[in-house]
Amino acid sequence: MTGSVILDHFRNPRNAGYIADADGVGIEQQNPWRISIQISLKIREGIVNDIKFKAQGCLTTIACASVMTDMVRGKSVEDALAVSSLRLSEALGTIPEEKLHCCSLAIRALHAAIDDYTVGRRRDSLPVGTG
Amino acid sequence: MDSVKKGRGDLLCGRMVISDAPLCCGFFRPLVWGGKSWDPTSHTAVPDMTQNQVTDRSAEGYAVLAEPSVDSRPIYMDHHATTPVDDEVVSAMLPYFAQNFGNPSSTTHVYGAVAREATERAREEVAELINAASADEIIFTGGATESDNLAIEGVAYGFSHRGKHIITSAIEHKAVLQPCKRLETEGFRVTYLPVDQYGLVEPDSVLRAIAHDTILISLQYVNSEIGTIQPLDMIGQLARERNVIFHTDAAQATGKIRTDVRQLKVDVLSLSGHKMYGPKGVGALYVRKGVDLEPILLGGGQEKGYRAGTLNVPGIVGLGKACEIARRDLESECKRLSALRDRLTEGLLKRVALARVNGHPTRRLPHNLNISFEYVDSEALIESLPEIALSAGSACTSQSKEPSYVLLALGLSERLALSAIRFGLGRCNTTEQVDRVVDLIASSIEQLRNLSPLFMPPRSGGVDASGLTAKIPL
Repeated sequence: MTGSVILDHFRNPRNAGYIADADGVGIEQQNPWRISIQISLKIREGIVNDIKFKAQGCLTTIACASVMTDMVRGKSVEDALAVSSLRLSEALGTIPEEKLHCCSLAIRALHAAIDDYTVGRRRDSLPVGTG
Repeated sequence: MDSVKKGRGDLLCGRMVISDAPLCCGFFRPLVWGGKSWDPTSHTAVPDMTQNQVTDRSAEGYAVLAEPSVDSRPIYMDHHATTPVDDEVVSAMLPYFAQNFGNPSSTTHVYGAVAREATERAREEVAELINAASADEIIFTGGATESDNLAIEGVAYGFSHRGKHIITSAIEHKAVLQPCKRLETEGFRVTYLPVDQYGLVEPDSVLRAIAHDTILISLQYVNSEIGTIQPLDMIGQLARERNVIFHTDAAQATGKIRTDVRQLKVDVLSLSGHKMYGPKGVGALYVRKGVDLEPILLGGGQEKGYRAGTLNVPGIVGLGKACEIARRDLESECKRLSALRDRLTEGLLKRVALARVNGHPTRRLPHNLNISFEYVDSEALIESLPEIALSAGSACTSQSKEPSYVLLALGLSERLALSAIRFGLGRCNTTEQVDRVVDLIASSIEQLRNLSPLFMPPRSGGVDASGLTAKIPL
C-alpha cells in the first residue's frame, strides 16, 4: 500500500507542469503507457533556475519526479547531474525493490533535459554559414 | 458524559479513542475494543483496546463518551476477489469448532453423527442452489481452485482412454489454465478458444473445435474481470450431442446469478464459498450422476473416494448456509446491485471523459463494472485512493504489472488494458458509497491527467507537446 510520503507527492506535487519556453526538455519512457516522465527546465548562468515535471505511471514514479525536481532546483548543472537514484529513493523513504527503476527513470529524464539544453547551446553557438 | 481532553491529548469515546493523529480521509482513528481497526494513516490494522483497557483509562480520569464506533476502512468494491462472511454464516459455523467438533467419518459415536448430519444438510443446500438432481452429486473441496483442478485432471485422466483433446477458452481463470498447461506437457492437446470483443465464446467456434478425440470442454460461466456471462446452455447442448463432458468454473456466478446445472446442461461445475459470503478454504464440485472422475487427492476415501481428507465441517456448514442465504436473496440482490452498478457506470461516464466500459453491455454480471480511463495508470489510480478498495484485475494477478490477459484477449490495446479498473459490488455497498466513489475517482483522474505528459490540452502553449506524443505509438 502507498506510503504517506508518496501519497503526499501525488496530492501536492512539487514543480508539476511544463515550461513553455524551456531551455531543455527530456522525456524518458518505459513502454510509454507504463511509465512516462517529462522534465522541462530553464538554465541561467549554469544554474537550474526553473524545472518542472510531468509523469504518467504509478505514484512512485510521480513522487520520484516530484522529489527530483525539488532536489535539482537552484543547483548547478554539475550538481544536478550528480543527483543519484539512491539519493532519490532515500528521500522517499522505503521503496520496494521492484519500484527502484522509477527513480532511475526520473534521473534519466533529467539528464535528457540537460542534454537537450547542451545540444541547443552548442547549436546556437555555431557560426552562421556564409555564402 | 462530557468529552474532556486529558494529558496525552486523547479523548476516550466509548468504543472509540479520538487521538491527536492527523485526520486522514476526514475520519478519526478509531479504536474499538475486542478487535482490530484500520488505521488509514499508516494503512495497518491496529489492535483495539480491550474492555479492561477502557475501564483502566476511565479510572485514570478519561471521560467515556457513548459514541458508536466508526468503521473508517476503505469502501470495499472488490467483491470478485472475496466477500465478507455473512453474520448468519458465522453463527451457523461456530458450534462446529469446539462444541460439535466430531469427524463426519466417525460412524461409531454421536459426535461423528452430528457432524455428518450437518455436512449432509449443507450438501442439500448446495445441490438446491444449483438445481442438482441429487445431493449425492456434490463433492466438497477446499475451494474452486481445487474443484477446477479435480474437474480438469479428473476428467483428463479418467477419460484418456477415449481421447486426449480438451477445449477451453483464453480467458479462463488460472485455476483452469494451469492444469491445462500441465496436461499439455503430458501429451494432451488443448484448444484455447478466442473470445470476441465482449469476451464471449462463440458456440460455433466450440463446434468447429470438437474433434473425434475431444473428452472435455471447460468454459467459465462468468468472467471474474469483465463479468461476461457465457452462453453455456448452447454450448452444453453441443457437448451433450457429441458426448463430450462439459465443465464450468462457476465461482463468480453461483449465489450471484441463477445457476441451474440442468438448464445449462453442464456435467461438472466448480463453486467457491468465499465468493458468496461464505468462508474461505471451502468449495464444491458438482458431478452429474453417470460421470466418473479420477480423484487427485488420495487417502481415506472420503466423498465416495473422489476427494480424500477429513471434511472441513465448519467450512462446509458455512458454505451450506451461504447457499441457503443466496437462494433467498439472489433476486433482490441482483436487482439492487444492478441498479447500483448502473449508477456507478453512469456517474463515471458522465464525470470522466475518455472512459470505456470493457466487457459485454448486457450479458454481464449485475455486480461487475470494468472500465478503462485513458491516460490514467490503473495502479496509480488505485494507489491514489486509499479510501476505496479496488482491483486493476484479478486478485491472482494483482501483484504483477502486466496487463490483464483477459483484457488483451478482448483485443484491447495495452494502453487501455493498463488503465482498466474492476469494480465488484456487493451486499455492503450503498448508493452513498457509489456517489462518493464517483466523486473520488473523478477527482483523482483529473489530477493524474494533469500530471501526465501524454495528456496535454493543446492550448497549454509553448513547446508543441503533440510533437512528443506523436512519437508514441498509439
